[in-house]
Amino acid sequence: MLDVLQGFVHELRAAGLPVSMTENLDAMRAVEHVDMADRDVFKAVLGATLVKHHNHWNAFETVFDVYFSLWSPGVDGGEGSELDEAWQAMLADAAGAGAGGEMSREELAQMLLDALMTMDRDSLRQLAANAVTMFAGMEPGRPVGGTYYLYRTLRQLDLDDLGARMMGRAREQGPIGDQLGERLQQEEFDARLKELKELVEAEIRRRLVADRGIEAMARTLRKPLPEDVDFMHASRDEMIALQRAIYPLTRALAARLAQRRKRRNRGHLDFRKTVRASLSYGGVPAEPKFRNPHPSKPEIMVVADISGSVASFARFTLQFVYAMASQFSKVRSWVFIDGIDEITRFFQECEDVLDAVHRVNTEADVVWVDGHSDYGHALEVFHDRHLKEVTPKTSIILLGDARNNYHAPQAWVVGALRKRAKHVYWLNPEPRGYWDTGDSVISEYAAYCDGIYECRNLRHLEQFVTTIAEA
Amino acid sequence: MAERFESVGEVVDRLRSVDYLADANIAGVVYLADKLEKPVLVEGPAGVGKTELAKAIAAITGSRLIRLQCYEGLDEAKALYEWNYKKQLLRIQADREHESDWAEVESDIFSEQFLLTRPLLEAIRSEEPVVLLIDEVDRVEIETEALLLEVLSDFQVSIPELGTIKGTQIPIVILTSNNTRELSEALKRRCLYLHVDYPDLDREKDIVRVRVPEIDDELAEQVARVVRSIRELDLKKAPSISETIDWARTLLFLGRDEVSPEVIGETLHVLLKYQSDIVKARKELVPEDPPLKGTGFKGVAAKSGQ
Repeated sequence: MLDVLQGFVHELRAAGLPVSMTENLDAMRAVEHVDMADRDVFKAVLGATLVKHHNHWNAFETVFDVYFSLWSPGVDGGEGSELDEAWQAMLADAAGAGAGGEMSREELAQMLLDALMTMDRDSLRQLAANAVTMFAGMEPGRPVGGTYYLYRTLRQLDLDDLGARMMGRAREQGPIGDQLGERLQQEEFDARLKELKELVEAEIRRRLVADRGIEAMARTLRKPLPEDVDFMHASRDEMIALQRAIYPLTRALAARLAQRRKRRNRGHLDFRKTVRASLSYGGVPAEPKFRNPHPSKPEIMVVADISGSVASFARFTLQFVYAMASQFSKVRSWVFIDGIDEITRFFQECEDVLDAVHRVNTEADVVWVDGHSDYGHALEVFHDRHLKEVTPKTSIILLGDARNNYHAPQAWVVGALRKRAKHVYWLNPEPRGYWDTGDSVISEYAAYCDGIYECRNLRHLEQFVTTIAEA
Repeated sequence: MAERFESVGEVVDRLRSVDYLADANIAGVVYLADKLEKPVLVEGPAGVGKTELAKAIAAITGSRLIRLQCYEGLDEAKALYEWNYKKQLLRIQADREHESDWAEVESDIFSEQFLLTRPLLEAIRSEEPVVLLIDEVDRVEIETEALLLEVLSDFQVSIPELGTIKGTQIPIVILTSNNTRELSEALKRRCLYLHVDYPDLDREKDIVRVRVPEIDDELAEQVARVVRSIRELDLKKAPSISETIDWARTLLFLGRDEVSPEVIGETLHVLLKYQSDIVKARKELVPEDPPLKGTGFKGVAAKSGQ
């Protein structure tokens, strides 16, 4: 058991979770107190000792499923026997003569439907296993990922059709009611189908682990934590996770900045408060009291490239900056591709930042000639229209990869802006190694900026916002 | 150390007896906290029963609940201990006539009878069993967190004038956090971590039925489903469990035995506390026109007819 646990912790660390020595020891002590047969409790106990951050829970869950999907306590060596069993099932699949082989597709669909209507979890699990046997066509040693098998199984199961048939049945059983009733019923069925999908996924994973071994499987499933996901290469699911991570992150950051600001350079002496405090020391002003300082909040102008390659980066940064708006006295923003358009109005009109971002994507007028990034032209227009609005309190943030499609960079514009502004920063979503390769002209602009930052994930973004809010 | 629970199942059952429905995750961690004698850090959205958990544990173990509400500016005088300075003054003044030795006075005024215990010290020194609740620990400054560390890991308090005061017992400690800031690693390392989230449909339904006993099964199911539906929307603040319970009570109070769009429209403000959220949820759930048969689910209806 301890060996398995060590491997488990090792894999968690490899996935990026900070598991300390004490936490490791706690986990070892903890598993002595619980019955491993109860998987939910076992998982809760390991999670409580090893995972100290909610964002890391998903990563933990994945590793847990891989490590303990086959591990059942019971008799000593129980591990082996169940592993063998899964292995046998797998071989049987390959031979095409599995236990579920006799069942026709329609029969399986019917049985699934029955199980889903009554939500009979045991038979659902059994049927999910059957479905994997019938449809996934798993072959031992074949080097494809679990998603491939999952896709094959789900395509054959046709969950949409199952959902529709469930709705049909529900209607036969009695009136569902109005639109609201329909909606609630539909959501209920969606939830059940999601559960079925998870069962299928777990079954596939179980068999893959049996085939390839725990460590290899854990390695293939390893995913970056939300705060380490690269903006430019995020998948759809990762985007959603990022989206969710932004708000709590900004709230935490805002609280931290507010506290730090309060403590840093205190205001001048508050005479009244000092005298009042002195009363408890017999009239001796032993404890001087100070006024709260007036925080000087910077004014922010964001100018973002939203051409295809860096669009998601710009979106996250804008969202982040607006979520932090309380930390700045004023936030204005522009987006460009080869034309430039001010988008502050969208954020003012929409209460919801996501709506605003959506309107930016659909309504902003950013194409001038051909829809390929032209930093030079966009910056020049910005300079002509808005230079006089830049004041010594303004910090300008430029977002983009500086891939200028070999147009003229017009870097002097940045110099002119900097002369009037407090600071000019540039955030580049590309890894540092790619800068100045191909059509990237970042160093021409860099010469005029106060700082150039590599900004590829939420962690980088958070660091940057801390810097400017304090500057 | 007397062990409070025999098994995880027992934790679940006893918590249920005080109307707190714990899932495997919560019960498992509570059980472990007792066994390993470690504090539990509970995080999660507001209103999912974090503070309630501490109260429930106190109730089932027959312990006194000592609560330390955290806020910005909390210091050791309010969390740990304070010298009763007025009493010390009196002692010194009372002594003037006797002209006793200064060293004697000094050792006298820094003795335990001049010590005012604050929640943390009180919790570990109490004779009766105690559940210590440190509420909203994310509100104190990161430096103040350090005050908690000695108590949480060794259950002792060091007082410079008096030496180290060892605890007479190891209480169950529950820290709650709304996650407005990241807590320090040092604190997290000393705690077991429990993230409490919104419950799933079945558990929420059970909670409603336990907390609002007069409600019938059908209505509880509907309430839970509507709330789940609302939580799926992208809102500023999703309805919490306590708001669900309030809503169920409101429905009963209004004498509704069914959740219809009109009822939702009238009572949405019980569940949601931001105007923009209410508008959004109303748009989704309450159709403005009289509902047309089959719209929105046309595809479904056609397919199922086959």
